[in-house]
Amino acid sequence: MTRPVSPLRVGRRGFLQAAAGASAAVAAGPDPGQLPGNRQEWVDVNVYLSRWPMRRYPNDQPAALVACLREHGVVQAWAGTFEGLLHKDLAGANARLAEECRQHGPGLLVPIGSVNPLLPDWPEDLRRCVEVHRMPGIRLHPNYHGYGLDHPEFARLLGLAAERGLVVQLVVIMEDERMMHPLMRVPPVDVAPLAAMVKRFADLRLVLVNAMRTVREAALAALVRAGQVYVEIAMLEGVGGLERLAAALPAERILFGSFSPMFYFEAAAGKLQESELPAHQRRAIAAENAKALLAGP
Amino acid sequence: MSYEIWDAHTHLSGVAGNTPEERLEKLLRYADRLGISRLCVFMGMRWSYDPSPAELRQQNDEVLRAVKRFPDRAFGFVYLNPRHTQASLDELNRCVRDGPMVGVKLWVAVRCHEAVLDPIVRRATELLAPVLQHTWLKITGNLPGESTPMDLAALAARHPQATFIAAHSGGDWEVGLRAIRPCPNVWAELCGGDPVAGVTEMAVRELGAGRVLYGSDAGGRSLASQLAKVLGARIDEPAKRRILAGNLKAILRPILESKGIRI
Repeated sequence: MTRPVSPLRVGRRGFLQAAAGASAAVAAGPDPGQLPGNRQEWVDVNVYLSRWPMRRYPNDQPAALVACLREHGVVQAWAGTFEGLLHKDLAGANARLAEECRQHGPGLLVPIGSVNPLLPDWPEDLRRCVEVHRMPGIRLHPNYHGYGLDHPEFARLLGLAAERGLVVQLVVIMEDERMMHPLMRVPPVDVAPLAAMVKRFADLRLVLVNAMRTVREAALAALVRAGQVYVEIAMLEGVGGLERLAAALPAERILFGSFSPMFYFEAAAGKLQESELPAHQRRAIAAENAKALLAGP
Repeated sequence: MSYEIWDAHTHLSGVAGNTPEERLEKLLRYADRLGISRLCVFMGMRWSYDPSPAELRQQNDEVLRAVKRFPDRAFGFVYLNPRHTQASLDELNRCVRDGPMVGVKLWVAVRCHEAVLDPIVRRATELLAPVLQHTWLKITGNLPGESTPMDLAALAARHPQATFIAAHSGGDWEVGLRAIRPCPNVWAELCGGDPVAGVTEMAVRELGAGRVLYGSDAGGRSLASQLAKVLGARIDEPAKRRILAGNLKAILRPILESKGIRI
Protein backbone atom coordinates (compact mmCIF):
# COMPACT_ATOMS: atom_id res chain seq x y z
CA MET A 1 0.00 0.00 0.00
CA THR A 2 2.86 2.34 0.60
CA ARG A 3 4.64 4.08 -2.21
CA PRO A 4 8.36 4.59 -2.57
CA VAL A 5 9.72 7.32 -0.41
CA SER A 6 10.46 10.73 -1.86
CA PRO A 7 13.94 11.41 -0.65
CA LEU A 8 15.22 14.92 -0.57
CA ARG A 9 18.76 16.01 -0.90
CA VAL A 10 20.17 19.17 0.59
CA GLY A 11 22.86 20.46 -1.69
CA ARG A 12 26.12 22.17 -0.89
CA ARG A 13 24.35 25.45 -0.51
CA GLY A 14 21.57 24.05 1.60
CA PHE A 15 18.88 24.20 -1.05
CA LEU A 16 16.52 21.36 -1.67
CA GLN A 17 16.60 19.08 -4.60
CA ALA A 18 14.91 15.86 -5.46
CA ALA A 19 17.36 13.04 -5.12
CA ALA A 20 18.15 10.60 -7.88
CA GLY A 21 15.67 7.78 -7.82
CA ALA A 22 13.04 9.87 -6.14
CA SER A 23 9.41 9.05 -6.61
CA ALA A 24 7.69 9.61 -9.89
CA ALA A 25 5.76 12.47 -8.40
CA VAL A 26 8.91 14.23 -7.35
CA ALA A 27 10.62 13.48 -10.61
CA ALA A 28 7.66 15.12 -12.35
CA GLY A 29 8.52 18.39 -10.63
CA PRO A 30 10.89 20.96 -12.02
CA ASP A 31 14.33 19.99 -13.18
CA PRO A 32 16.46 20.33 -10.07
CA GLY A 33 19.08 21.94 -12.26
CA GLN A 34 16.70 24.84 -12.67
CA LEU A 35 16.08 25.35 -8.99
CA PRO A 36 17.35 28.58 -7.55
CA GLY A 37 20.05 27.15 -5.36
CA ASN A 38 21.76 25.34 -8.18
CA ARG A 39 22.54 28.16 -10.55
CA GLN A 40 20.85 31.21 -9.15
CA GLU A 41 22.65 33.64 -6.95
CA TRP A 42 20.78 35.41 -4.21
CA VAL A 43 20.54 39.03 -3.11
CA ASP A 44 19.07 39.11 0.36
CA VAL A 45 17.46 42.45 1.22
CA ASN A 46 16.47 41.54 4.78
CA VAL A 47 19.38 40.78 7.08
CA TYR A 48 20.22 42.11 10.53
CA LEU A 49 23.44 42.40 12.48
CA SER A 50 23.86 42.76 16.27
CA ARG A 51 21.59 40.93 18.68
CA TRP A 52 17.87 40.62 19.22
CA PRO A 53 17.17 41.61 22.83
CA MET A 54 14.92 38.66 23.66
CA ARG A 55 16.87 35.61 22.53
CA ARG A 56 20.06 34.47 20.87
CA TYR A 57 20.08 33.06 17.33
CA PRO A 58 22.51 30.50 15.98
CA ASN A 59 23.89 33.02 13.44
CA ASP A 60 23.68 36.24 15.40
CA GLN A 61 27.41 36.90 15.26
CA PRO A 62 28.62 38.59 12.08
CA ALA A 63 31.14 35.92 11.14
CA ALA A 64 28.59 33.13 11.53
CA LEU A 65 25.98 35.05 9.58
CA VAL A 66 28.37 35.80 6.75
CA ALA A 67 29.43 32.16 6.61
CA CYS A 68 25.78 31.08 6.41
CA LEU A 69 24.97 33.57 3.67
CA ARG A 70 28.03 32.67 1.62
CA GLU A 71 27.31 28.96 2.03
CA HIS A 72 23.89 29.50 0.50
CA GLY A 73 25.22 31.48 -2.44
CA VAL A 74 24.19 34.96 -1.33
CA VAL A 75 26.22 37.52 -3.25
CA GLN A 76 24.83 40.60 -1.55
CA ALA A 77 22.97 41.10 1.73
CA TRP A 78 21.40 44.35 2.83
CA ALA A 79 22.16 44.51 6.53
CA GLY A 80 20.40 46.63 9.08
CA THR A 81 21.00 46.45 12.77
CA PHE A 82 18.82 45.28 15.64
CA GLU A 83 20.33 48.22 17.55
CA GLY A 84 18.28 50.44 15.30
CA LEU A 85 15.10 49.48 17.09
CA LEU A 86 15.74 50.57 20.65
CA HIS A 87 18.98 52.53 20.72
CA LYS A 88 18.74 56.31 20.94
CA ASP A 89 22.31 56.84 19.78
CA LEU A 90 21.61 55.77 16.23
CA ALA A 91 24.71 57.52 14.95
CA GLY A 92 26.73 55.11 17.08
CA ALA A 93 24.67 52.13 15.98
CA ASN A 94 25.13 53.06 12.32
CA ALA A 95 28.87 53.51 12.73
CA ARG A 96 29.17 50.07 14.32
CA LEU A 97 27.04 48.57 11.57
CA ALA A 98 29.22 50.06 8.85
CA GLU A 99 32.37 48.86 10.57
CA GLU A 100 31.05 45.32 11.07
CA CYS A 101 30.01 45.09 7.44
CA ARG A 102 33.49 46.22 6.38
CA GLN A 103 35.22 43.89 8.80
CA HIS A 104 33.17 40.72 8.36
CA GLY A 105 31.47 40.92 5.01
CA PRO A 106 33.36 43.06 2.51
CA GLY A 107 31.70 42.71 -0.84
CA LEU A 108 28.75 40.90 0.71
CA LEU A 109 27.19 42.95 3.48
CA VAL A 110 25.70 46.28 2.43
CA PRO A 111 25.07 48.44 5.50
CA ILE A 112 21.60 49.94 5.72
CA GLY A 113 21.44 52.60 8.43
CA SER A 114 18.70 53.43 10.87
CA VAL A 115 17.06 56.83 11.17
CA ASN A 116 14.45 57.91 13.69
CA PRO A 117 12.74 61.08 12.52
CA LEU A 118 11.51 61.87 16.01
CA LEU A 119 15.04 62.31 17.38
CA PRO A 120 16.55 65.77 17.48
CA ASP A 121 18.78 66.60 14.52
CA TRP A 122 17.94 63.35 12.74
CA PRO A 123 18.94 64.77 9.32
CA GLU A 124 22.53 64.58 10.57
CA ASP A 125 22.11 60.81 11.00
CA LEU A 126 20.84 60.64 7.46
CA ARG A 127 23.77 62.73 6.19
CA ARG A 128 26.28 60.44 7.89
CA CYS A 129 24.61 57.37 6.44
CA VAL A 130 25.16 58.78 2.98
CA GLU A 131 28.33 60.80 3.21
CA VAL A 132 30.33 59.03 5.91
CA HIS A 133 29.25 55.41 5.65
CA ARG A 134 28.30 55.39 1.96
CA MET A 135 25.11 53.55 2.71
CA PRO A 136 22.77 53.14 -0.26
CA GLY A 137 19.68 52.94 1.90
CA ILE A 138 18.08 53.37 5.28
CA ARG A 139 15.83 51.07 7.30
CA LEU A 140 12.94 52.52 9.29
CA HIS A 141 11.10 51.00 12.26
CA PRO A 142 8.20 53.41 12.82
CA ASN A 143 6.45 51.19 15.36
CA TYR A 144 9.54 50.93 17.55
CA HIS A 145 10.17 54.66 17.22
CA GLY A 146 6.62 55.65 17.98
CA TYR A 147 5.31 57.48 14.95
CA GLY A 148 2.59 56.90 12.43
CA LEU A 149 3.09 57.20 8.71
CA ASP A 150 1.04 60.39 8.64
CA HIS A 151 3.65 62.17 10.79
CA PRO A 152 5.09 65.26 9.07
CA GLU A 153 8.66 64.33 9.98
CA PHE A 154 8.21 60.97 8.29
CA ALA A 155 7.16 62.78 5.13
CA ARG A 156 10.20 65.03 5.43
CA LEU A 157 12.44 62.02 5.85
CA LEU A 158 11.03 60.35 2.77
CA GLY A 159 11.55 63.55 0.80
CA LEU A 160 15.18 63.87 1.86
CA ALA A 161 15.84 60.17 1.22
CA ALA A 162 14.37 60.48 -2.25
CA GLU A 163 16.48 63.55 -2.95
CA ARG A 164 19.62 61.68 -1.99
CA GLY A 165 18.68 58.63 -4.04
CA LEU A 166 18.43 56.33 -1.02
CA VAL A 167 16.43 53.13 -0.96
CA VAL A 168 14.08 53.31 2.01
CA GLN A 169 13.25 50.05 3.77
CA LEU A 170 10.17 50.29 5.97
CA VAL A 171 9.83 47.39 8.41
CA VAL A 172 6.22 46.57 9.22
CA ILE A 173 6.72 44.09 12.06
CA MET A 174 9.56 42.19 13.68
CA GLU A 175 7.80 39.18 15.16
CA ASP A 176 4.49 37.42 15.57
CA GLU A 177 2.33 39.58 17.82
CA ARG A 178 1.20 36.49 19.71
CA MET A 179 4.74 35.65 20.67
CA MET A 180 6.07 38.99 21.83
CA HIS A 181 7.65 39.51 25.19
CA PRO A 182 5.00 40.93 27.53
CA LEU A 183 7.13 44.00 28.13
CA MET A 184 7.75 44.61 24.44
CA ARG A 185 4.48 44.32 22.61
CA VAL A 186 4.82 46.36 19.44
CA PRO A 187 1.91 46.51 17.00
CA PRO A 188 2.55 46.36 13.27
CA VAL A 189 2.95 49.56 11.32
CA ASP A 190 -0.31 50.82 9.88
CA VAL A 191 0.51 51.35 6.22
CA ALA A 192 -2.82 52.97 5.35
CA PRO A 193 -1.33 56.48 4.93
CA LEU A 194 1.55 55.21 2.84
CA ALA A 195 0.04 55.21 -0.64
CA ALA A 196 -0.71 58.93 -0.48
CA MET A 197 2.79 59.56 0.85
CA VAL A 198 4.41 57.56 -1.91
CA LYS A 199 2.54 59.52 -4.55
CA ARG A 200 4.08 62.74 -3.21
CA PHE A 201 7.62 61.57 -3.91
CA ALA A 202 7.95 60.25 -7.42
CA ASP A 203 11.65 59.47 -7.00
CA LEU A 204 11.20 57.54 -3.79
CA ARG A 205 12.20 53.87 -3.91
CA LEU A 206 10.53 52.07 -1.03
CA VAL A 207 10.86 48.47 0.13
CA LEU A 208 8.29 47.04 2.52
CA VAL A 209 10.04 44.60 4.85
CA ASN A 210 8.25 41.92 6.88
CA ALA A 211 5.00 43.20 5.46
CA MET A 212 3.45 39.95 4.33
CA ARG A 213 2.16 39.00 7.75
CA THR A 214 -0.20 41.94 8.14
CA VAL A 215 -0.54 43.73 4.81
CA ARG A 216 -2.92 41.87 2.53
CA GLU A 217 -2.31 41.41 -1.16
CA ALA A 218 -4.95 43.93 -2.23
CA ALA A 219 -3.40 46.64 -0.06
CA LEU A 220 0.04 45.71 -1.34
CA ALA A 221 -1.13 45.92 -4.90
CA ALA A 222 -2.51 49.41 -4.27
CA LEU A 223 0.80 50.48 -2.73
CA VAL A 224 2.79 49.09 -5.60
CA ARG A 225 0.61 50.96 -8.04
CA ALA A 226 1.18 54.18 -6.11
CA GLY A 227 4.89 54.41 -6.85
CA GLN A 228 8.22 52.62 -6.79
CA VAL A 229 7.24 50.23 -4.04
CA TYR A 230 8.76 46.79 -3.54
CA VAL A 231 8.06 43.95 -1.13
CA GLU A 232 10.23 41.14 0.17
CA ILE A 233 9.10 37.63 1.08
CA ALA A 234 10.51 36.72 4.50
CA MET A 235 7.09 36.68 6.16
CA LEU A 236 5.16 35.43 3.16
CA GLU A 237 3.23 32.32 4.22
CA GLY A 238 0.69 29.89 2.83
CA VAL A 239 1.44 26.97 0.59
CA GLY A 240 2.39 28.21 -2.87
CA GLY A 241 2.35 31.74 -1.49
CA LEU A 242 4.85 33.08 -3.94
CA GLU A 243 2.74 31.97 -6.88
CA ARG A 244 -0.16 33.97 -5.49
CA LEU A 245 2.00 36.99 -4.78
CA ALA A 246 3.49 36.94 -8.25
CA ALA A 247 -0.03 36.84 -9.66
CA ALA A 248 -1.10 39.81 -7.54
CA LEU A 249 1.94 42.05 -8.03
CA PRO A 250 4.33 42.77 -10.88
CA ALA A 251 7.09 40.20 -10.36
CA GLU A 252 9.76 42.87 -10.73
CA ARG A 253 8.55 44.38 -7.45
CA ILE A 254 9.16 41.21 -5.44
CA LEU A 255 12.49 40.85 -3.67
CA PHE A 256 14.15 38.02 -1.83
CA GLY A 257 14.52 38.54 1.92
CA SER A 258 15.39 35.90 4.49
CA PHE A 259 15.21 37.91 7.74
CA SER A 260 18.40 36.19 8.84
CA PRO A 261 19.49 35.54 11.46
CA MET A 262 16.05 35.71 13.10
CA PHE A 263 14.58 33.25 10.58
CA TYR A 264 16.25 30.21 9.10
CA PHE A 265 17.63 31.25 5.71
CA GLU A 266 16.17 28.12 4.13
CA ALA A 267 12.63 29.29 4.86
CA ALA A 268 12.66 32.05 2.26
CA ALA A 269 14.84 30.16 -0.18
CA GLY A 270 12.52 27.17 -0.13
CA LYS A 271 9.53 29.32 -1.10
CA LEU A 272 11.02 29.76 -4.54
CA GLN A 273 11.14 26.02 -4.89
CA GLU A 274 7.70 25.39 -3.44
CA SER A 275 5.98 27.74 -5.86
CA GLU A 276 5.92 27.01 -9.53
CA LEU A 277 7.43 30.05 -11.20
CA PRO A 278 8.96 30.58 -14.62
CA ALA A 279 12.74 30.46 -14.47
CA HIS A 280 13.14 34.11 -15.40
CA GLN A 281 10.77 35.15 -12.63
CA ARG A 282 12.64 33.02 -10.13
CA ARG A 283 15.94 34.60 -11.09
CA ALA A 284 14.43 38.05 -10.89
CA ILE A 285 13.02 37.52 -7.42
CA ALA A 286 16.13 35.79 -6.13
CA ALA A 287 18.57 38.49 -7.17
CA GLU A 288 18.01 40.55 -10.28
CA ASN A 289 15.23 42.79 -8.99
CA ALA A 290 17.26 43.82 -5.97
CA LYS A 291 20.37 44.46 -8.03
CA ALA A 292 18.41 46.67 -10.38
CA LEU A 293 16.83 48.52 -7.49
CA LEU A 294 20.15 49.24 -5.85
CA ALA A 295 21.69 50.29 -9.15
CA GLY A 296 19.08 53.04 -9.29
CA PRO A 297 17.11 54.53 -12.12
CA MET B 1 21.96 14.62 2.06
CA SER B 2 18.80 12.70 1.23
CA TYR B 3 15.83 12.78 3.51
CA GLU B 4 12.56 11.00 3.68
CA ILE B 5 9.94 13.49 4.82
CA TRP B 6 6.56 12.90 6.40
CA ASP B 7 4.50 15.95 7.30
CA ALA B 8 2.58 15.49 10.55
CA HIS B 9 0.18 18.42 10.11
CA THR B 10 -1.66 19.57 7.00
CA HIS B 11 -5.16 20.77 6.16
CA LEU B 12 -7.55 21.07 3.26
CA SER B 13 -8.00 24.76 3.94
CA GLY B 14 -5.84 27.44 2.38
CA VAL B 15 -5.41 25.36 -0.76
CA ALA B 16 -7.10 25.97 -4.10
CA GLY B 17 -9.73 23.50 -5.23
CA ASN B 18 -13.48 22.99 -5.13
CA THR B 19 -13.45 19.50 -3.68
CA PRO B 20 -11.42 17.74 -1.00
CA GLU B 21 -9.81 15.61 -3.69
CA GLU B 22 -8.77 18.64 -5.72
CA ARG B 23 -7.32 20.33 -2.69
CA LEU B 24 -5.29 17.36 -1.58
CA GLU B 25 -4.06 16.87 -5.12
CA LYS B 26 -2.91 20.48 -5.19
CA LEU B 27 -1.26 20.15 -1.79
CA LEU B 28 0.56 17.04 -2.92
CA ARG B 29 1.84 18.87 -5.97
CA TYR B 30 3.56 21.37 -3.67
CA ALA B 31 4.76 18.55 -1.44
CA ASP B 32 6.30 16.87 -4.46
CA ARG B 33 8.29 19.98 -5.25
CA LEU B 34 9.87 19.72 -1.82
CA GLY B 35 10.23 15.95 -1.68
CA ILE B 36 7.61 15.42 1.02
CA SER B 37 6.25 11.93 0.55
CA ARG B 38 3.50 11.64 3.18
CA LEU B 39 0.99 14.06 4.65
CA CYS B 40 -1.17 13.72 7.72
CA VAL B 41 -4.40 15.57 6.91
CA PHE B 42 -7.20 16.68 9.19
CA MET B 43 -10.19 19.01 9.35
CA GLY B 44 -12.37 19.88 6.40
CA MET B 45 -12.77 22.67 3.94
CA ARG B 46 -14.65 24.96 6.38
CA TRP B 47 -13.71 25.13 10.03
CA SER B 48 -15.49 26.21 13.17
CA TYR B 49 -14.09 26.57 16.66
CA ASP B 50 -16.82 24.47 18.27
CA PRO B 51 -18.17 22.10 15.61
CA SER B 52 -21.45 20.31 16.08
CA PRO B 53 -21.62 16.53 15.64
CA ALA B 54 -22.95 17.08 12.13
CA GLU B 55 -20.10 19.43 11.29
CA LEU B 56 -17.57 16.97 12.65
CA ARG B 57 -18.99 14.26 10.48
CA GLN B 58 -18.98 16.47 7.42
CA GLN B 59 -15.38 17.57 7.92
CA ASN B 60 -14.23 14.03 8.54
CA ASP B 61 -16.11 12.86 5.45
CA GLU B 62 -14.19 15.42 3.42
CA VAL B 63 -10.89 14.12 4.73
CA LEU B 64 -11.99 10.54 4.07
CA ARG B 65 -12.78 11.47 0.47
CA ALA B 66 -9.41 13.12 0.01
CA VAL B 67 -7.29 10.34 1.50
CA LYS B 68 -9.28 7.72 -0.38
CA ARG B 69 -8.03 9.32 -3.61
CA PHE B 70 -4.41 9.28 -2.43
CA PRO B 71 -4.15 6.36 0.00
CA ASP B 72 -0.43 5.95 -0.54
CA ARG B 73 0.35 9.63 0.11
CA ALA B 74 -1.95 10.81 2.87
CA PHE B 75 -3.11 9.66 6.29
CA GLY B 76 -6.27 11.04 7.84
CA PHE B 77 -6.67 12.04 11.48
CA VAL B 78 -10.23 12.19 12.80
CA TYR B 79 -11.32 15.62 14.01
CA LEU B 80 -13.25 15.49 17.30
CA ASN B 81 -14.91 17.89 19.71
CA PRO B 82 -14.78 16.68 23.33
CA ARG B 83 -17.78 18.85 24.14
CA HIS B 84 -19.77 16.20 22.27
CA THR B 85 -18.34 13.14 23.93
CA GLN B 86 -20.52 10.39 22.52
CA ALA B 87 -20.55 11.87 19.04
CA SER B 88 -16.78 12.07 19.19
CA LEU B 89 -16.48 8.46 20.29
CA ASP B 90 -18.78 7.48 17.46
CA GLU B 91 -16.67 9.39 14.97
CA LEU B 92 -13.52 7.84 16.39
CA ASN B 93 -14.95 4.38 15.85
CA ARG B 94 -16.30 5.22 12.42
CA CYS B 95 -13.15 6.83 11.05
CA VAL B 96 -10.36 4.99 12.88
CA ARG B 97 -11.68 1.61 14.05
CA ASP B 98 -13.81 1.05 10.95
CA GLY B 99 -12.10 3.45 8.57
CA PRO B 100 -8.65 4.33 7.30
CA MET B 101 -7.81 7.14 9.71
CA VAL B 102 -4.83 6.73 11.99
CA GLY B 103 -4.91 9.54 14.56
CA VAL B 104 -7.04 12.05 16.44
CA LYS B 105 -7.02 15.82 15.96
CA LEU B 106 -8.28 18.11 18.72
CA TRP B 107 -8.40 21.84 18.18
CA VAL B 108 -9.89 24.67 20.23
CA ALA B 109 -13.35 23.60 21.36
CA VAL B 110 -12.33 22.54 24.87
CA ARG B 111 -9.15 23.07 26.88
CA CYS B 112 -7.54 19.69 26.92
CA HIS B 113 -6.87 19.37 30.62
CA GLU B 114 -10.61 18.98 31.20
CA ALA B 115 -12.02 15.60 32.20
CA VAL B 116 -14.30 15.39 29.16
CA LEU B 117 -11.25 14.41 27.15
CA ASP B 118 -10.56 11.29 29.18
CA PRO B 119 -12.92 8.86 27.42
CA ILE B 120 -11.69 10.04 24.03
CA VAL B 121 -8.06 9.59 24.98
CA ARG B 122 -8.76 6.14 26.44
CA ARG B 123 -10.52 5.03 23.28
CA ALA B 124 -7.81 6.50 21.02
CA THR B 125 -5.21 4.62 23.01
CA GLU B 126 -7.13 1.37 22.66
CA LEU B 127 -7.14 1.95 18.91
CA LEU B 128 -3.39 2.76 18.91
CA ALA B 129 -4.15 6.24 17.60
CA PRO B 130 -1.98 9.20 18.61
CA VAL B 131 -3.76 12.33 19.78
CA LEU B 132 -2.62 15.54 18.14
CA GLN B 133 -3.69 18.49 20.25
CA HIS B 134 -3.43 22.13 19.14
CA THR B 135 -1.48 24.05 21.78
CA TRP B 136 -0.76 27.74 21.90
CA LEU B 137 0.20 30.24 24.53
CA LYS B 138 -0.63 33.73 23.27
CA ILE B 139 0.34 36.98 24.88
CA THR B 140 -2.63 38.39 22.97
CA GLY B 141 -4.95 35.96 24.78
CA ASN B 142 -6.08 32.44 23.99
CA LEU B 143 -9.51 31.50 22.72
CA PRO B 144 -11.80 30.26 25.52
CA GLY B 145 -11.34 26.60 24.56
CA GLU B 146 -7.76 26.89 23.34
CA SER B 147 -5.30 24.62 25.09
CA THR B 148 -1.97 25.69 26.47
CA PRO B 149 0.99 23.35 26.48
CA MET B 150 0.58 23.18 30.24
CA ASP B 151 -2.96 21.87 29.72
CA LEU B 152 -1.58 19.14 27.51
CA ALA B 153 1.07 18.23 30.07
CA ALA B 154 -1.70 17.76 32.63
CA LEU B 155 -3.70 15.54 30.28
CA ALA B 156 -0.63 13.51 29.36
CA ALA B 157 0.16 12.90 33.01
CA ARG B 158 -3.30 11.37 33.46
CA HIS B 159 -2.80 9.07 30.48
CA PRO B 160 0.77 7.76 30.53
CA GLN B 161 -0.04 5.04 27.99
CA ALA B 162 -1.39 7.47 25.42
CA THR B 163 0.69 9.14 22.71
CA PHE B 164 0.27 12.89 22.37
CA ILE B 165 1.55 15.34 19.80
CA ALA B 166 1.82 18.95 20.96
CA ALA B 167 0.94 20.78 17.77
CA HIS B 168 2.88 24.03 17.34
CA SER B 169 5.03 23.17 20.36
CA GLY B 170 2.82 25.50 22.32
CA GLY B 171 3.23 28.39 19.87
CA ASP B 172 5.40 30.31 22.30
CA TRP B 173 7.87 27.47 21.97
CA GLU B 174 10.40 28.65 24.49
CA VAL B 175 7.71 28.18 27.12
CA GLY B 176 5.87 25.32 25.43
CA LEU B 177 8.89 23.07 25.18
CA ARG B 178 9.56 23.54 28.87
CA ALA B 179 5.95 22.71 29.67
CA ILE B 180 6.02 19.35 27.91
CA ARG B 181 9.59 18.50 28.81
CA PRO B 182 8.65 16.31 31.79
CA CYS B 183 6.13 14.29 29.74
CA PRO B 184 7.76 11.39 27.90
CA ASN B 185 4.53 10.59 26.06
CA VAL B 186 4.32 14.02 24.44
CA TRP B 187 6.08 14.82 21.16
CA ALA B 188 6.77 18.41 20.11
CA GLU B 189 5.56 19.21 16.63
CA LEU B 190 7.22 22.20 15.03
CA CYS B 191 4.57 23.56 12.72
CA GLY B 192 2.53 26.69 12.51
CA GLY B 193 4.80 29.42 13.80
CA ASP B 194 7.28 31.62 12.02
CA PRO B 195 10.52 29.87 11.06
CA VAL B 196 12.38 31.42 13.96
CA ALA B 197 15.92 30.15 14.11
CA GLY B 198 16.72 28.11 17.17
CA VAL B 199 13.36 26.44 17.75
CA THR B 200 14.50 23.04 16.61
CA GLU B 201 17.84 23.31 18.33
CA MET B 202 16.06 24.02 21.61
CA ALA B 203 13.56 21.21 21.08
CA VAL B 204 16.34 18.72 20.48
CA ARG B 205 18.35 20.03 23.40
CA GLU B 206 15.46 19.87 25.84
CA LEU B 207 13.47 16.85 24.64
CA GLY B 208 15.93 14.85 22.59
CA ALA B 209 15.63 14.35 18.84
CA GLY B 210 13.35 11.37 19.43
CA ARG B 211 10.53 13.59 20.67
CA VAL B 212 10.42 16.17 17.88
CA LEU B 213 8.29 16.02 14.72
CA TYR B 214 8.25 18.01 11.50
CA GLY B 215 4.87 19.40 10.49
CA SER B 216 3.88 22.33 8.33
CA ASP B 217 0.29 23.45 9.02
CA ALA B 218 -0.12 23.86 5.23
CA GLY B 219 -2.10 25.25 3.45
CA GLY B 220 -2.12 28.14 5.97
CA ARG B 221 1.64 27.91 6.17
CA SER B 222 4.27 27.38 3.54
CA LEU B 223 5.59 23.84 3.45
CA ALA B 224 9.00 25.29 2.73
CA SER B 225 9.11 27.77 5.59
CA GLN B 226 8.28 25.04 8.08
CA LEU B 227 10.63 22.50 6.55
CA ALA B 228 13.40 25.03 7.00
CA LYS B 229 13.07 24.66 10.75
CA VAL B 230 14.63 21.24 10.39
CA LEU B 231 16.81 21.61 7.33
CA GLY B 232 18.31 24.85 8.64
CA ALA B 233 18.82 23.73 12.21
CA ARG B 234 22.23 23.13 13.66
CA ILE B 235 21.57 19.55 14.64
CA ASP B 236 23.19 16.38 13.43
CA GLU B 237 21.99 14.39 10.45
CA PRO B 238 20.52 11.47 12.39
CA ALA B 239 18.45 13.95 14.38
CA LYS B 240 17.13 15.53 11.19
CA ARG B 241 16.14 12.14 9.85
CA ARG B 242 14.24 11.31 12.99
CA ILE B 243 12.42 14.62 13.02
CA LEU B 244 11.56 14.61 9.31
CA ALA B 245 10.09 11.12 9.23
CA GLY B 246 11.54 8.57 11.63
CA ASN B 247 9.70 9.65 14.74
CA LEU B 248 6.33 9.94 13.04
CA LYS B 249 6.77 6.56 11.43
CA ALA B 250 7.51 5.08 14.83
CA ILE B 251 4.42 6.70 16.33
CA LEU B 252 2.17 5.51 13.52
CA ARG B 253 3.71 2.10 12.98
CA PRO B 254 1.48 0.24 15.49
CA ILE B 255 -1.79 1.54 14.10
CA LEU B 256 -0.64 1.23 10.49
CA GLU B 257 0.40 -2.35 11.06
CA SER B 258 -2.91 -3.05 12.75
CA LYS B 259 -4.53 -1.93 9.52
CA GLY B 260 -2.20 -4.04 7.42
CA ILE B 261 -0.19 -1.10 6.14
CA ARG B 262 3.53 -1.76 5.97
CA ILE B 263 6.00 1.11 6.16
